[in-house]
Amino acid sequence: MSAIPPDEMLVVEAVRKSFGGTQVLRDISFSVRRGEVFGIIGPSGSGKSTLLRCITQLERVSGGKIRVCGETMVSDAPDGTARYAPPAALRRMGLKIGLVFQNFNLFPHFSVLRNLTEAQIHVLKRPKDEATERALGLLKRMGLESKAGAYPCQLSGGQQQRVGIARALALQPEVLCFDEPTSALDPELTGEVLKVIRDLAERKMTMVVVTHEMDFARELADRILFMDGGVVVESGTADEVISRPKHSRTQSFLGRLRR
Amino acid sequence: MQFWPMVGGLAKGLGTTTSIFCLTLLFSLPLGLLVALGRMSKFGALRQAMRLYISVMRGTPLMLQLFFFYFGPYYIFNLNLGKLGFWGLDYRFVAVVLGFSLNYAAYFAEIYRAGIESIPVGQREAGKILGFSRAQTFFRIVLPQVVKRILPPVTNEVITLVKDTSLAFALSVMEMFTIAKMEAAAHTTMVPFMVAGLFYYVFNFAVAAAMEWFEKRLDYYA
Repeated sequence: MSAIPPDEMLVVEAVRKSFGGTQVLRDISFSVRRGEVFGIIGPSGSGKSTLLRCITQLERVSGGKIRVCGETMVSDAPDGTARYAPPAALRRMGLKIGLVFQNFNLFPHFSVLRNLTEAQIHVLKRPKDEATERALGLLKRMGLESKAGAYPCQLSGGQQQRVGIARALALQPEVLCFDEPTSALDPELTGEVLKVIRDLAERKMTMVVVTHEMDFARELADRILFMDGGVVVESGTADEVISRPKHSRTQSFLGRLRR
Repeated sequence: MQFWPMVGGLAKGLGTTTSIFCLTLLFSLPLGLLVALGRMSKFGALRQAMRLYISVMRGTPLMLQLFFFYFGPYYIFNLNLGKLGFWGLDYRFVAVVLGFSLNYAAYFAEIYRAGIESIPVGQREAGKILGFSRAQTFFRIVLPQVVKRILPPVTNEVITLVKDTSLAFALSVMEMFTIAKMEAAAHTTMVPFMVAGLFYYVFNFAVAAAMEWFEKRLDYYA
């Protein structure tokens, strides 16, 4: 086993995933370093959301290896199946990785504040005062301090997504994943969410962002992975992949977006 | 026939009716949730068993089920339960509450199932991502939302239950309808039925009002 530098927050090696007989991820490998913004782009159905769901344990991989902050989440068993760490370790690693959903998935029956405190209190066992204080601090950062008592249905899509981000941050994950965080939003509301992500990048939050916003990816991502048909077609710095793509599939994908 | 003593008798019967009603809800609401969870279990045998249970409870008359629970112990096992040992309970009453509870649990189970399945899977995924256990996710996130959604169909069942308690007359339990029938036969008059009907209506009016109040209380989110 090779030693992994301590700043490798997430290491994905030859990850495979099949649904029934359909292979949706084939030998995906990449790693994310501390403080880095890692973009994943690609057409619909390319497997990028599935990849994110595997990293966040919403799906189980069929094979390959994933390491989270130096700890092995899953590796190949000798018989070729995926061998997952024990439940307690998986839970611990799960809490190190946050996820912001495309359609927010806020809890509609809780106030904004309680959306942010519920897991702190009942999962991390933080005292209520401390959880509330942290939640209010995050809401302030999101420009939503006046919405603490509101319910999700009273907020705009952009506000809801900012609450989604704050909810994930409340548990202080080491890595924050975004699954197309602006795809459900109007162009006008997209900006306010991207601004929050930009702010997180400035604070050196480690992030994995699946996105369709190419300008945003180019501006913010340190490195980019372009996926198509369940494989990594091309990866490199944002500039390399988006501005000077080498592969014809990347070129045609980006070309279609520009048109 | 003297009017007020008759009303007094019916009111006494209404007490028994209310007991059947409350005890049935007390047992069938939680039992229905367990049946619903079994019906959605990943264990095939449990799922099939709950399907069969619901199918039988819905597919046979409630009155027949009451007879089954009342006469079954004697006919099948030769057990005479007459007066049960605890609290001197009449077994007739026990059989009625048992029959009603098991029957209503089947209906409630399907209502719960519809409610649970209507909650977007993203809610459960968000719970998992935030580190909630399966039980925490269910009780803190899913179930409260289910309750709001299933209130209208549950209200239907609860109102039907108020009226169904009159089936207890088949086992001669002295609830309101049994008494109304006796009074009517003894005095050859329709008045007891009319008074009983009024009582049932008022009872259900109160039930509907209470459920509506409860629904309004949950109106704070969409």
